[in-house]
Amino acid sequence: MLDWLKSPFLTFQEFVLLAGRATVNAVRRPFYGQDLFLQMDTIGVGSLPITVLIGFFSGVIMALQMSRALSQYGATGQVGQITAITLVREMGPVLTALLIAGRNASGIASELGSMKVSEQIDAMRALGTDPVKKLVTPRLLAMCVTLPLLTIIADFVGIVGGYMVAVPLLRLTTGSQYWNNAWRSLEYNDIAQGLIKPLLFAFIIALVGCLYGMRTTGGTQGVGRATTQAVVVASVWIFIVTALVTRIFVNL
Amino acid sequence: MARPKANAPRCILKFEDVSLQFDQPRPALDRVSFEIWSGETRIILGAAGSGKTVIMKIALGLLKPTSGRVSVMEQDVTHFDERQWYDVRSHIGVLFQEGGLFDSLTIEENVAYPLLNQARFMTAGKKPTLDSVRPDVQEALNFVELGNTLTKFPSELSGGMRRRVGIARGSVADPDLFLYDSPTAGLDPITANTIIALLIKDREMRNSTAAIITHRFQDGHLMANFRYNPEKDCLEKLAADSPIRERTKFMVMNEGRLVFEGSESALDASQDPYISKFSMNPARKAS
Ligand SMILES: Nc1ncnc2c1ncn2[C@@H]1O[C@H](COP(=O)(O)OP(=O)(O)OP(=O)(O)O)[C@@H](O)[C@H]1O
Ligand SMILES: [Mg+2]
Repeated sequence: MLDWLKSPFLTFQEFVLLAGRATVNAVRRPFYGQDLFLQMDTIGVGSLPITVLIGFFSGVIMALQMSRALSQYGATGQVGQITAITLVREMGPVLTALLIAGRNASGIASELGSMKVSEQIDAMRALGTDPVKKLVTPRLLAMCVTLPLLTIIADFVGIVGGYMVAVPLLRLTTGSQYWNNAWRSLEYNDIAQGLIKPLLFAFIIALVGCLYGMRTTGGTQGVGRATTQAVVVASVWIFIVTALVTRIFVNL
Repeated sequence: MARPKANAPRCILKFEDVSLQFDQPRPALDRVSFEIWSGETRIILGAAGSGKTVIMKIALGLLKPTSGRVSVMEQDVTHFDERQWYDVRSHIGVLFQEGGLFDSLTIEENVAYPLLNQARFMTAGKKPTLDSVRPDVQEALNFVELGNTLTKFPSELSGGMRRRVGIARGSVADPDLFLYDSPTAGLDPITANTIIALLIKDREMRNSTAAIITHRFQDGHLMANFRYNPEKDCLEKLAADSPIRERTKFMVMNEGRLVFEGSESALDASQDPYISKFSMNPARKAS
């Protein structure tokens, strides 16, 4: 029983240590600005099209689903409010994070994993650079900047998607009522949890990807294993953390 | 850089009862003790998994021993932290078994990497620029006869060429100790011999200290019996009484234990079935 718990506990401990070292390194010289911009480009710009696509369709689906339920209560005018709140609080952050986990936690893990098995990480340490500073910190910072931005974009595009369904397609409500309704329904509480969540998810995705990549053993086969594990572990933690944060905000 | 090299002999690397245990029941290294002195060439032989790479990684501080003491250049480094290790490592050149070249950097940037990142080459906390180190990089690449590959990427080179880039990167900072992990593994005999010729040339030109991990007994034999002739730019056999013969020492690892240490003639004379597999002796040939 204790043995069974030992390995996840040690992994969690490593995760916390890595998080600490990567964060401390963010404010210590030398800075690797070039690596940071490169990462922001791959994570942020690279993920933009797919984020917009998924965001749009989640808004569309939400409005379609809600149209049935709301018309039963004769409350179709509320469609803007429901779409906005669900997207900003939960769907936007979680869907974007899952998408980025699939796309970038795997990318990070396989890149660092290949570097590990070809002894490039050892070479870095042997030749005078700290791999945490050179590899982990830029990825973590890039993720912390881009994931919240991507989430905001996904939220917005999702509300536009809801509008397309609610106004031109199903004529549930007028355009101005939809936007007014959507905008005024959002409280500070919603926006706060809509931004705190992506920041926490950014830590999870970047650090899980890096941790599993840097722990890779067993050649190219090991890289595949590390990649899969990173995506699964990051996704599970995204759900656990969103449940915890939502629990806290519901009580506020 | 002015520092005594050939004159006063120094103990460059010293292991005292060093053990390392991973999760497996059998230790990866089991109470290993040896010393490498300046000017010496140490050939480390042993079967796959016998702990050769582990020795190298401990000497670089990339792995921490479970017990025992390690000294590098007469400095006890057993309890050094990562920050202190960076300084020690900047005096050690290394060629990794899996290459360890950075795929995302050009050959020039790879070879320049130690000069750009090691603290001892910084002036007032500022890194040198790639332009300022270019002459050193060019010289190191010329030495391995790859002077025209500066802008290529490692993936564009053959296995033997990548090995040579690794040697250039390891020697560019003029290290006091060079660790070569399996420099000839996976190469055809001709390429393997050119690599060994480079190591011999490096030994003679810089009077360097080196540890060479290898499976091939020919590698050790070449190192012990040949010297580089700068006039004719070729290798020639050493006289029977040359002091260089004595400066090439052999050690054999078996399952984490050091089972043999000595000169080539002692290795050839060994009757042990495991040890004699790594020697040129006729008994091995017959079996
Ligand atoms: N990071 C590690 N984690 C766990 N075990 C390891 C690790 N590195 C090495 N080992 C184990 O230590 C032992 C010695 O490995 P080492 O890499 O030194 O072998 P080697 O002599 O270099 O072999 P080869 O000639 O194949 O390179 C092996 O049993 C290996 O499984
Ligand atoms: Mg090895």
